Amino acid sequence: MNTHHPAPVRRPLGSQLLEALPAALRKLDPRELAGSPVMLVVEVGSVATTIMAVVDPSTLAIGVALWLWLTVLFGTLAEAVAEGRGKAQAASLRALQQETTARRVRGSSDQLKYTGNLATLQVDRVPSTSLRAGDVVVVEAGERIPGDGDVIEGVASVDESAVTGESAPVIRESGGDRSAVTGGTVVLSDRIAVRITSEPGQSFVDRMIALVEGSERQRTPNEIALNILLTALTAIFVVVVGTLYYLADYSGTNPSWVVLTALLVCLIPTTIGALLSAIGIAGMDRLVRRNVLAMSGRAVEAAGDVDVLLLDKTGTITYGNRRATELLALTGVTGVEIARAALLSSLADETPEGRSIVTLVKGGLETAASQPPPPPEEGSLVAFSATTRMSGIDLPDRVIRKGAASAVAQWAHSTGVPAAETAGGELTVLVDGVSASGGTPLVVAERVGERPARILGVIHLKDVVKPGMRERFDEMRAMGIRTVMITGDNAITARAIAEEAGVDDFLAEATPEDKMALIRKEQGGGRMVAMCGDGTNDAPALAQADVGVAMNTGTMAAKEAGNMVDLDSDPTKLIDIVEIGKQLLITRGALTTFSIANDIAKYFAILPAMFVVAFPELDVLNVMHLSSPESAILSAVVFNALVIVALIPLSLRGVRYTPSSAADLLRRNLLIYGVGGLVTPFVGIKLLDLVISLIPGV
Amino acid sequence: MSSLAPALGQVAVLVAALALAVPFLGRYLAHVYTSPRHLAVERASYRLVRVDPDADQHWRTYAMSVLGFSLAGVLVLYGFGRLQSHLPLSLGFPGLPADGAWNTAVSFVTNTDWQWYSGEAATGHLFQMSGLTVQNFVSAGVGMAVAAALARGLARSLQDGRVGNFWSDLVRTVVRVLLPISLVAAVLLVALGVVQNLLEPQVVHTLAGGVQHVTGGPVASQEAIKELGTNGGGFYNANSAHPFENPSPLTDVFEIFLLLVIPFAMAWAFGIMVGDRRQGGAVLAVMVTLWGAGVALLTWAEMAAPGTAPGLAGGAMEGKETRFGEAASALFAASTTGTSTGAVNSMHDSLTAPGGGVALFNMMLGEVAPGGVGSGLYGLLMLAVVTVFLAGLMVGRTPEYLGKKIGQREVTLVACYVLTTPVLVLVGGAIGLTASDGLAGLLNTGPHGLSEGLYAVTSASNNNGSAFAGITSSTPFWNTLLGLCMLFGRFLPMVFVLALAGLFAGRQKLPPSAGTLPTHRPLFVVLLTGVALVVVGLTYVPVLVLGPIVESLS
Repeated sequence: MNTHHPAPVRRPLGSQLLEALPAALRKLDPRELAGSPVMLVVEVGSVATTIMAVVDPSTLAIGVALWLWLTVLFGTLAEAVAEGRGKAQAASLRALQQETTARRVRGSSDQLKYTGNLATLQVDRVPSTSLRAGDVVVVEAGERIPGDGDVIEGVASVDESAVTGESAPVIRESGGDRSAVTGGTVVLSDRIAVRITSEPGQSFVDRMIALVEGSERQRTPNEIALNILLTALTAIFVVVVGTLYYLADYSGTNPSWVVLTALLVCLIPTTIGALLSAIGIAGMDRLVRRNVLAMSGRAVEAAGDVDVLLLDKTGTITYGNRRATELLALTGVTGVEIARAALLSSLADETPEGRSIVTLVKGGLETAASQPPPPPEEGSLVAFSATTRMSGIDLPDRVIRKGAASAVAQWAHSTGVPAAETAGGELTVLVDGVSASGGTPLVVAERVGERPARILGVIHLKDVVKPGMRERFDEMRAMGIRTVMITGDNAITARAIAEEAGVDDFLAEATPEDKMALIRKEQGGGRMVAMCGDGTNDAPALAQADVGVAMNTGTMAAKEAGNMVDLDSDPTKLIDIVEIGKQLLITRGALTTFSIANDIAKYFAILPAMFVVAFPELDVLNVMHLSSPESAILSAVVFNALVIVALIPLSLRGVRYTPSSAADLLRRNLLIYGVGGLVTPFVGIKLLDLVISLIPGV
Repeated sequence: MSSLAPALGQVAVLVAALALAVPFLGRYLAHVYTSPRHLAVERASYRLVRVDPDADQHWRTYAMSVLGFSLAGVLVLYGFGRLQSHLPLSLGFPGLPADGAWNTAVSFVTNTDWQWYSGEAATGHLFQMSGLTVQNFVSAGVGMAVAAALARGLARSLQDGRVGNFWSDLVRTVVRVLLPISLVAAVLLVALGVVQNLLEPQVVHTLAGGVQHVTGGPVASQEAIKELGTNGGGFYNANSAHPFENPSPLTDVFEIFLLLVIPFAMAWAFGIMVGDRRQGGAVLAVMVTLWGAGVALLTWAEMAAPGTAPGLAGGAMEGKETRFGEAASALFAASTTGTSTGAVNSMHDSLTAPGGGVALFNMMLGEVAPGGVGSGLYGLLMLAVVTVFLAGLMVGRTPEYLGKKIGQREVTLVACYVLTTPVLVLVGGAIGLTASDGLAGLLNTGPHGLSEGLYAVTSASNNNGSAFAGITSSTPFWNTLLGLCMLFGRFLPMVFVLALAGLFAGRQKLPPSAGTLPTHRPLFVVLLTGVALVVVGLTYVPVLVLGPIVESLS
């Protein structure tokens, strides 16, 4: 059931258009068009010209009427195609909702203090659709989880591929930040008790279906504002064309209402009017394709406005595990000596740090053309403990210890090393150097037989920044977005990593309250804040942030608090979300500019055509040398309709967005869509005229 | 007639004078609208009309004050006009007819100063001075107050719709700005030869034996505020073409300077008030660009003079004063239509067809090149909001201007503002050119007749007040129609502007970032200029085609 991850293969636009045709025809209902005054005016114009064409048939009237209808249809088609893209996903999600039988535990969840064997609980078998928030159900291996909820008892591996597209099963367990389960997913092993958190019909999958189908789409603030501007433009042009009849009458010429309607439709911003809702639907769809569910379109738009991005260090900026990056030997100790000691002490060490030491040393020794020592067979591993703060290995001939500087020093003293040898001097310099760079120093010492221990050197462990992060943060900066790294580390470590990763700021030793305070402070200064989080303690901050992206692995509380959920649980996705938000606005702005710039050429086509009979001198304005007035008018109308179809792919895909400063973006888009919008129709109308002039009677 | 060198010379003198005066006056204006202190004379006037000058008014209160004050002005002026014959210093003129008094009252209160009558042949000194001249000051003051309120709204943050105090803005504008400057200007004009007296018309026996009544009067004092407040109502019918109003090329340039200086300085003051001079500079740059283009085009049209008759005469001198020539006439025409002044030093009906088209287009721009005192600034700021909205979307953020987000309500108000004038012009024009009463007033037919009628409604709706001539507007039909155009053309936009000011004042002022569209760079200046031209162009091109464009091509 890998439906939307990775993105499915695109079918050609032609077949998508054909498929969307019935829906597009249904959308011609004027009530459906009421939300878009621009298209409503076109439809009224289509009806009017059709009547005129019936009453007084002429090639021009019939042509105009036909193409005005096509203009409306192309608009509804764009919307239908955008919606159609979500249909397939919705169908596969619906399959998750098939009714199952749930085993509901008797009694309310508050009374449930049960910690024994889940199989002994008393249950009722009820249909999954009758479950309400607060009910507790038991789910076993092979069963479908009947509704959204939190695991309150037990651990299980769950197949969530139907929702996330990720085929590897995930662990869900009670308590902690991995307790949320989604209705419709399948338990693969073990048995869990789940407290249902959603009412029937309002589950996560329900919302997903509504989102991908676009049925619950609410228009976003910027879209509403743009619609108002488009309506105002339409109103102006209605007045312009309406009064033109009377003013022309004064001038002794009477343009026909067919021609005036054609002029009106060409002038009002039909291009953007027709594509506006398709752009919005496609924008949401792009997010869904990246496995992000936005609970509202408002949140997507807000993402484009974000000024500050709060990113957790672990897992987002760094890999999350400290890795050995360097071995620093003291004077008198050879590189091979420390390498061998580090390797021996780590071979059996299964912690990520231990393994990273092995990786580092093996690489180093191989290049040094020396064979790594065989794994010790009779050695016994000394695991790390909080009291000794050391780990190591006891071999028959020697003892190796690695650990925090003070702990190793203490151990060395106990073997008879004088204090002066470990305090101060070269070792301290090395240890402090590593700490200052944000790393963790691990001192390695060796004791051969019963002699006093010998300190060999320092292993440099550090948090490794994911590759490419610096570039992404540079892009963010260019876009005017400040990145703040949130970490529980101390300030020194945090600063070093912040510098390495290239973030603008950091919040060290951060508690959830600190995070919240930071968000409030930024918002108080008028900035929009985005963050992601997964734990229950992140929930207040997620709710406070303007864009809160909850990880799908997180708790239900976090998912409810945020306004987006990332199904891949990838915190870096936040950056993609911001880009999608921006792209959405840019596409609208670019097509509006294009639409308005188009009008200039249309005037040059239609105005001379309208008045050239009364004022032959106006032929000078016929700069495109269109063959006849009828052909000129028809060419403009046809161009106006065809440009909508031509721009459907762009409105679905979105205008290409490259992170850069506002001034650069503006210059680029103005050049493409402003100047392009000015020039394109001159060429297009001329070409259409060459074809249309061949039609007899035009 | 006039050659290129003096044409460029007068522009150079004008530009130099403006370059010196505008920053200085702009700083002063910003101080006037932000200073917490009141002058003694101001305090006295506040006590007299019982207002609290320190009350920070909500935009609704501010707007009601504007409307109430203006309504009172209309009523007083209407009464003065109707009862003129019963008042002193009437020079024996009878009272104005009802439609004429209405038209004149609205005309002066709206800063339009459209005159359907000949000043020297219909109105006495008292009406001119106490009625019209008073409105010349206060109607200009109202425009500047509204602009100051909008600037304040943009400068403030989270102020719950409060935009300042109308009474204090108005009184300060008159007392601290308009009165002192026009006093100095009037003295200078008298020194340069403009008439100033309160005498009865003097009877002159001409050489030919005829008898002429030469009307003098307080011309210089009215001339100063006529230009300074971008009013434009002339003491004489011939307006600034009359030698008593504008005797020499020097007074001509000085008068042009007066009508341009405050509109430009308002832009500079705006930058200071919002705490970023570069923003004021950008607005100023757009104004200068549009004005410069208008001057260049009009001068070209008049001097290059397409057509055979002007060609033979060496220039399009019909309807122009020989003491100014075409270049000075073109400069004046571009400036008077670019500002909402409407004073003329030549008859615009006699401009060449393209020249007349430029004058018409200048007004259609909505008076933003550089516009009337105050109204030029707020008109351009409204267009800036439209520009920011379009361009802002293209940079991928919710558009914001000076840290104020442009949302649904802001766009609605701006859309209403942008809609108002075109609807008035086009619907008014269609009515005027269709109704038989309207057609009766037109001197010409065909495209030139259309230009005449269109010019009248455009001038009235945009509160310019210049007349194309060739139209007899002293009929009840035109007086009523144009009166309505002036009234709605002035106060509807003002209400939208004040509502927007209130909305902005209540919004949080957001800090700029690299992702914010910069509104002080040359690119934005070009874009704003482009939006002004395209929006206006798309609206009016069809009618312009039927009028000046057809005329120019034939």
